[in-house]
Amino acid sequence: MSYFRAENLSLHFGGLKAVDAVNFAVEKGEILSIIGPNGAGKSSIFNLISRIYSPTSGRIYFEDQDITNEPAFGIAKLGIARTFQNIELFENATVLSNLLVGRHRHSTTQLWQELLFLPSVRSTEKVHRRRVEQVIEFLDLEPYRDKLISGLPYGVRKVIELARALCSEPKLILLDEPSSGLNVEETDDMSFWIRDMKSELGVTVLMVEHDMTLVNRVSDRVIALNYGRVLAMGSPAEVQVHPDVVAAYLGA
Amino acid sequence: MRFMFKTDYEDDIRLFPHSGYVLSYGVLLALLLIAPFVLSSYIVSQLVFVCIYATVGVGLMILTGFTGQASLGHAAFLAIGAYTTAYLQQFNVPFPVYFLAAGLLTGVIGALVGFPALRLQGIYLVIATISFAFIVEEILARWESVTQGNEGMRVKTIQWLGTSVPRDSPAFYFLCLGVLILTIVGTLNLLRSPTGRAFVAIRDSETAARSMGVNVSLYKVKSFAISAAITGFAGCLFAHKLSFISPEMFTLQLSIEFIIVILIGGAFSLHGAVLGAIFIVMIDPFLTYLKDDVPGMVAGVAATLGAGSERAAHIQDSVAAFASANGLKGAIYGVIIVLFVLFEPLGLYGRWLKIKLFFQLFPLYKRATFKRQKIYVKSERNR
Amino acid sequence: MLDFVQQLVSGIALGCVYGLIALGFVLVYKATEVVNFAQGDLMMLGGFFAFTFIGILGLNYWIGFAAAVAAMALFGMLAERVVVRPILGYPQFSIIMATIGLGYFLRSIVGMIWGTDDFTIETPFSQGVVRIGSLVLADDKLSVIAATIILCALLYLFFNRTTLGTAMRASSENMLAAYYMGIPVKRVVSIVWAISAAVATCAGVLLAPITFIHSNVGLVLGLKAFPAAVLGGFGSIPGAVVGGVLIGVIESMAGFYLAQGWKDVAPYIVLLVVLLLKPEGLFGLHMRKKV
Repeated sequence: MSYFRAENLSLHFGGLKAVDAVNFAVEKGEILSIIGPNGAGKSSIFNLISRIYSPTSGRIYFEDQDITNEPAFGIAKLGIARTFQNIELFENATVLSNLLVGRHRHSTTQLWQELLFLPSVRSTEKVHRRRVEQVIEFLDLEPYRDKLISGLPYGVRKVIELARALCSEPKLILLDEPSSGLNVEETDDMSFWIRDMKSELGVTVLMVEHDMTLVNRVSDRVIALNYGRVLAMGSPAEVQVHPDVVAAYLGA
Repeated sequence: MRFMFKTDYEDDIRLFPHSGYVLSYGVLLALLLIAPFVLSSYIVSQLVFVCIYATVGVGLMILTGFTGQASLGHAAFLAIGAYTTAYLQQFNVPFPVYFLAAGLLTGVIGALVGFPALRLQGIYLVIATISFAFIVEEILARWESVTQGNEGMRVKTIQWLGTSVPRDSPAFYFLCLGVLILTIVGTLNLLRSPTGRAFVAIRDSETAARSMGVNVSLYKVKSFAISAAITGFAGCLFAHKLSFISPEMFTLQLSIEFIIVILIGGAFSLHGAVLGAIFIVMIDPFLTYLKDDVPGMVAGVAATLGAGSERAAHIQDSVAAFASANGLKGAIYGVIIVLFVLFEPLGLYGRWLKIKLFFQLFPLYKRATFKRQKIYVKSERNR
Repeated sequence: MLDFVQQLVSGIALGCVYGLIALGFVLVYKATEVVNFAQGDLMMLGGFFAFTFIGILGLNYWIGFAAAVAAMALFGMLAERVVVRPILGYPQFSIIMATIGLGYFLRSIVGMIWGTDDFTIETPFSQGVVRIGSLVLADDKLSVIAATIILCALLYLFFNRTTLGTAMRASSENMLAAYYMGIPVKRVVSIVWAISAAVATCAGVLLAPITFIHSNVGLVLGLKAFPAAVLGGFGSIPGAVVGGVLIGVIESMAGFYLAQGWKDVAPYIVLLVVLLLKPEGLFGLHMRKKV
């Protein structure tokens, strides 16, 4: 059975079919990109997986476990992390605080222990801090550790969004338009990081993206969506010449 | 300007970033400890109120400042703590037991309030807390078998370890100070651990907090419970300080005063709670000062500036009349709140930080460092 | 049965007053996302202005009424200019506190200028009654109900049929975009506050025969009007009035049929129950951030 699987997934808002009987599977360790025009249902699928929405019908399986009805906060504990298209960082906190929240699914301390700040809490704090530092090193965020999010430029915030997701040591990461708003150099960096996530960290990546260069560079497979339905699935080269995809999205 | 050079993860975690802090807080603590022996009993009494209000302020800060759940009903929690104290005292329950009971019972009720509050946001939550406070106030007035209704209840002096601790004794002052310090340390510990970070995450973006694995509902309830429990403990001390409690002491006005504490002090810091408490407690003595001493002073100044003695007496009378006017306290509250919201949104602690930064950065200080982001678009406010 | 209808009408009348205050809340909230905790105090001030014009200066009731409404409209614009405009865009919490501060200030100033006694105004409605069969309905209550209906109709026409109304709805959705479209947002906000203060004044003057005019009346009624606005859902104008009437009826019925003390608490209990089931109020919209 595959690592991650969506079966007949549908999301209807009244008469609007945001996601319409979508079927796909993700293999362990691969990078799968979802492309399609705006309104095709790409972010909706992500929102279904991270359980912000509940599907009208269909099921989602991760590591052979049915997670269709899992509460939103339980998804992280299963090892799925995500970034948000419009950046949902904690504006009034430092970068470090944001990243440490990403470690939340690994926290084991009880409330009463924290109130007294027992040595056990202190040592787990140091462990979390060390892990966060590893992610900071991975994404070159050292200059920004103690800065407040509200003062940082957009490109840096996108990277911090990614860092926060990585801090939870996910098995599967959902990247929602990782390169939107980034310039060429930053997109290059992003493509290297995505490939490094796969090779060094062993993370499976599911990605929504509009930048076809990035898609070609990093993806193992591509799915094209339109009007909530799957148009084509296959390697980047195959999908890009598929007539439906060309008609709906890419153009001749 | 001192530059913090961190060499160890411990530097991020510890409470005092560098030794200068230890020195200044140590001096402050020493001063506070000798206070009852060198200051007048009136000032010490006011300091006790400051400690109690500051404790509530810290509790409210956890809920409103750090978790973003606005509450205009904390007077109800204070009342529950106070009434638990008065009620259990009737059965000769020892002090430590009813003190703990006051806090824990209020905490449990806070958790119960937290549950229905989960789905409420913004103004709806504020109104719900106001409604809760009204209902509690009414229950206190009606449930006469337990609370003696509107007649109120007497609160006996603390009897602990064989000695009595009267409410104007140094021992009671140390008790209140101790509770405040423990509350502050506990809260600081909370803030540098996962629960505290989860609270702040919930305030800033519930969706992102959920996606990071924070059980938002559970943490909101925890926040309510902790905040209520702290207020309950303060309620026990409040009851002892006043030695008599009745339902009309715990009105919406009191809840608003607590909000003023954290607003004036600075809504995101513990220093703010203490500064705000000092401010609120100082208003009454200030008004007395205004009534008693200021008219004379103003008349004196007028006389030096050349006004005749009759005119000076007339001025003295009008200032005195103004200062004794019935609504003056309300007017001062109103003006101060509006001025602070307009000009000092970070509160007194913010002003202190700005002053500190000014001296640190001199002459490079820029006012825009603290400029506030305005959010105009409506959808930005939705979480 | 007769008693029931009496209480019902009484409740509806009181509810209309709550509804008018709640209407003021919702107007300002829809336009600027500001919750004006001082709305009740604006009503109180309006009542005092009317008392000054009619009672002290001896003007005719209708002229005094109109003068009070006009004066309060101006005052509303002044309050907006001084207190609210600088803080538009600040977090909700700060804005709420600022309006609470404004409320404190108004109550105290009124207490200092006019004193803290109860006052009454001579109105054409204070004495008369209407008889339907054996039912006796007081004029003062009917006047409130009639005025509320008229005001609601006028406001409905205003918001849905005039350009200014559309401009207001636009700036409530997205102020920045409204600016770019050429809508004079600051002026629109001023006008909304003026209207809101005027509506509050109407409520205050109409209330005068029923209860006394007192410097604290705004706080007491304002605090009841809140559950009304929330009950109806804070973004909905018809919801505010419906919520107000509901609260008024509940209070009236509770006062008549239940034991002492339930009268004041019953509206809040109902409110909490409604919020439990429908967190956005009866007619409110469920808002959610799209991520």
